[in-house]
Amino acid sequence: MSVLTAFTGLFRRELSLAWAGGGGAALPAAFFLGMAALGPFALGENLDVAPKAAAAILWLALALATLLALDRMFQADLEEGVLEQLALSANPLEAGALAKILAQWVAVGLPLAGLSPLGALIMGAPPAGTPALALSLAVGSLAFFALGAIGAALAAGLKRAGLLIAILVLPFLAAPLIFGAAAGARALSGQAFAEPLLLVAATALFGLALAPPACAAALRLHLD
Amino acid sequence: MISGFANPERFMRLSAKLLPWISGVAVALFAVGLPWALYFAPPDYQQHDSARIMYVHVPAAWLAMALYAGMAAASVSSLVWRHALADVAARAMAPIGAAFTAVCLVTGALWGQPMWGAWWVWDARLTSVLVLFFVYLGYLALWAAIEDETRASRAAAILCLVGAANLPIVKFSVDWWNTLHQPASVFRADGPTMHPSLLHPLLVMALAFTCAAAALVLAEMRVFILRRRAESLTLRRRRAT
Repeated sequence: MSVLTAFTGLFRRELSLAWAGGGGAALPAAFFLGMAALGPFALGENLDVAPKAAAAILWLALALATLLALDRMFQADLEEGVLEQLALSANPLEAGALAKILAQWVAVGLPLAGLSPLGALIMGAPPAGTPALALSLAVGSLAFFALGAIGAALAAGLKRAGLLIAILVLPFLAAPLIFGAAAGARALSGQAFAEPLLLVAATALFGLALAPPACAAALRLHLD
Repeated sequence: MISGFANPERFMRLSAKLLPWISGVAVALFAVGLPWALYFAPPDYQQHDSARIMYVHVPAAWLAMALYAGMAAASVSSLVWRHALADVAARAMAPIGAAFTAVCLVTGALWGQPMWGAWWVWDARLTSVLVLFFVYLGYLALWAAIEDETRASRAAAILCLVGAANLPIVKFSVDWWNTLHQPASVFRADGPTMHPSLLHPLLVMALAFTCAAAALVLAEMRVFILRRRAESLTLRRRRAT
């Protein structure tokens, strides 16, 4: 089997696993919108800043939804021996890691980005900037999943992996979050947002270059 | 196995001889540097005596970064050459580097309050150092989470190398962004911009911090090796009975 066939096969498998059964992609979406609704509750007395804080709250919601998805990213495959099969196959484990990252992005990240205009609107943000906000979240979730996958791969199979992944990954999510929230906030307030958006894209590309070898090296540790 | 054991053996002999000397030099440098920096050096023309926090803050910041760079170098040699001492060195440097990062952040806050009117601002330098602190904590958490020592050292080495991407961001944050934190004034292409009367005590303090850090890392490495030895001895004894 060529690398490309294996890659697309794995990508499709990930997508169908993410979307099939147990609520599928609706589950992270419900979590994301629920977090977006909790934002105004938390603001409470300061509800008047909600339109300004909308981008920040949605970016936080995206980060939390990503952490929840990262928890299971490699865990099930490790338990069921799928990773062992991937490592034994002639194709590089790096390609498998890349396929899983891209699949998580498409299955979880992009739907959340698509829902973000709705989240921004319930916080009273002006509709004009919401497509650009969604774009920033779409690019940012790729950075989150690429950088986060490294932590997920390192902590897979350990006790209390979920909490450990969060601690390992949080510092790496800081860069895309800083630039992404800035891009989103500028887009919502009608300012030029190209510069921070390009920096988010840069962190995503950096993550995509770094994550496959780092994930593969981490996964091989668990398979020895 | 034999070469792996021979190396720590030689390290234990060498470090036993070196450790008192390095500690002594550190104490002597502190004995000169602390009074010089905190009393005899002239006060800053703008910040007066509060600028003296610099003599603790700046060396702590340098060492926070230098120790992480050391961990990254040790992680490379642990991953690539499976060097028996490298993972011990990386593990020993982590808590000390984290402590220096904490000292840097706390003294920075104490300095920021009178000078900037705020304990903390979210500029690029402060944020990237805070991220460095979290990377240190994550590294220590990963070591603690994996019981098997070889596996833990490899996993931690991977994490350390990924986190090393933050180091240039810390260093160049003051050039890339408009920060409230001042730009570099010692390590510059055109030479230090600091007056020698302030620069010299700072360099003595930096040397003192470096020797103290080296002594702490050596002592910590010795503790790890001794503990490893004690564990294998208990295992052997248990097997014998």
